Amino acid sequence: MHQNMTDQNTSLSPLDLETPEKPFLDANELVINMGPQHPATHGVLRVILRLDGERVMGLECVIGYLHRGVEKIGEHRTYTMFNPYVDRMDYVAAVSNGLGYCETVEKLLGVEAPPRAQYIRVILTELNRMASHQLWLGTHALDIGAITPLFYTFRDREEILKIFEKYCGARLTTHAFRIGGLQYEAYDGFEKDVKKFVSFVAPKIDEYEELLTTNRIWLERTKGVGIISGKDCIALGVTGPVLRASGVKWDLRKAQPYANYKNFDFDIPIGQNGDTYDRYIVRMAEFRQSLRIIQQAVDGMPEGPIMAKVPKVIKPPVGEVYHSIEAPKGELGYFIVSDGSTQPYRMRVRPPSFVNLQALDVMCRGAMVADVVAVIGTLDIVLGEVDR
Amino acid sequence: MVTKLKTAYGSGIEPLTYLGQNYMVVDRSLIPEILQVLRNEEQFDYCVDITAVHYPKRDKQFDVLWVLYSYARNERIRVKTLIADGETLPTSVPIWTTANWLEREVFDMFGIKFDGHPDMKRILLPDGWKGHPLRKDYGILQQDNEWVQINLGIESGQ
Repeated sequence: MHQNMTDQNTSLSPLDLETPEKPFLDANELVINMGPQHPATHGVLRVILRLDGERVMGLECVIGYLHRGVEKIGEHRTYTMFNPYVDRMDYVAAVSNGLGYCETVEKLLGVEAPPRAQYIRVILTELNRMASHQLWLGTHALDIGAITPLFYTFRDREEILKIFEKYCGARLTTHAFRIGGLQYEAYDGFEKDVKKFVSFVAPKIDEYEELLTTNRIWLERTKGVGIISGKDCIALGVTGPVLRASGVKWDLRKAQPYANYKNFDFDIPIGQNGDTYDRYIVRMAEFRQSLRIIQQAVDGMPEGPIMAKVPKVIKPPVGEVYHSIEAPKGELGYFIVSDGSTQPYRMRVRPPSFVNLQALDVMCRGAMVADVVAVIGTLDIVLGEVDR
Repeated sequence: MVTKLKTAYGSGIEPLTYLGQNYMVVDRSLIPEILQVLRNEEQFDYCVDITAVHYPKRDKQFDVLWVLYSYARNERIRVKTLIADGETLPTSVPIWTTANWLEREVFDMFGIKFDGHPDMKRILLPDGWKGHPLRKDYGILQQDNEWVQINLGIESGQ
């Protein structure tokens, strides 16, 4: 492993964007390796940093350590069998992955999940968005040096996982949805549990904010760090909260509504500066918007079937389709080619983390070494999804 | 938009729709120009994805696809072209910076090279790996045993 590491090419490939800082001393550039096993890289990510003193002149990400060939597996499993695999990409937001996959196959089949199933899907997906953001907040703050928020967020995330466990038996890799709807009807007291959770967690979000939003150390570590403009975000294909914090008001739930999202009233929070602090503020606001959506979905949940008429053996007609959803990290897309058999001919996943990670180089140029950790955290990547 | 492009480029473009999603099959020779036009004149400023599909029985073995989105129009379009094994494509990194990693992944998985790419090397698999796993002739259990033996010191990864 070691030998292999030094053998690898360390030449950097600057993107076609301007470098904000020139070397200010005539010092030699220093190339430093970070990872692949590093507590702040959230998984196995290796970053090769090119430094001038403590300033980052550029960096290169080396990824693929968790590559399992999910797309290849998808081509060798039936549509139904592949469903649990998608949970293992972004494993902190498994429900979102499942929603995107099921909707794409439903599109190919030409079926739509019944309204009740859609409402339950929205509730679970939004709960999962909150769980993902809570995990992000805890670990991101921990990276920067604030230990306390981790205990707060994990305590409250537990309540979400309890609801998942009661609903489908699993906490993390839930496999909650089926092609055409749901397998399980909401358990007795589901609505009560969700309502209880909403009223429980709303003041907790204020608590997180009390810990950080005006905390002097937090402000100094995040304000003006890892700035990226909206224009660069679009050029780099960055989506999700990172894009919104740079001032681009775009959310797939509003732009191209899926799964009944058009029936819910919610806002898209945006930031102005595109720095780490704004990304924090945007995600904190997204907590509250998710709560609004969950509240509306629980209040308006219709009665009725939870499964559309889907054949036992799923054989979509020949054709190809691209469908994407707003996952907690950005645009999660599936491109499926069907050849009319029971297995997909091609299963492409467009992961938000993979594309967002490419922006790390641009965001870190000219920053201090310690800020790299803050920027990796603020991008909210999951390496299981980057490498697939 | 599609009719405008159709009149400008004639038989090189075939606009199609499936399940309400627009896509067009474009001749390989027109690709650099069409992508540029879509970006600069038709406002497709966000390159969502670049990927490929392998059809080993066909003469032109690969479909290469660009999934594009326009923020201004809130519209998606897919551009598809057919190329033979060994044929290269021009890079779209100057058009969309995000194409950098996406093209590297297509190269890694299918062995399709992009001319003019700033750093055309593998991204998910190790640099010395042999073979391109998403080709249909690459078995699901297949791996580069030589690489595994040299680098990991074990007989097989299976």
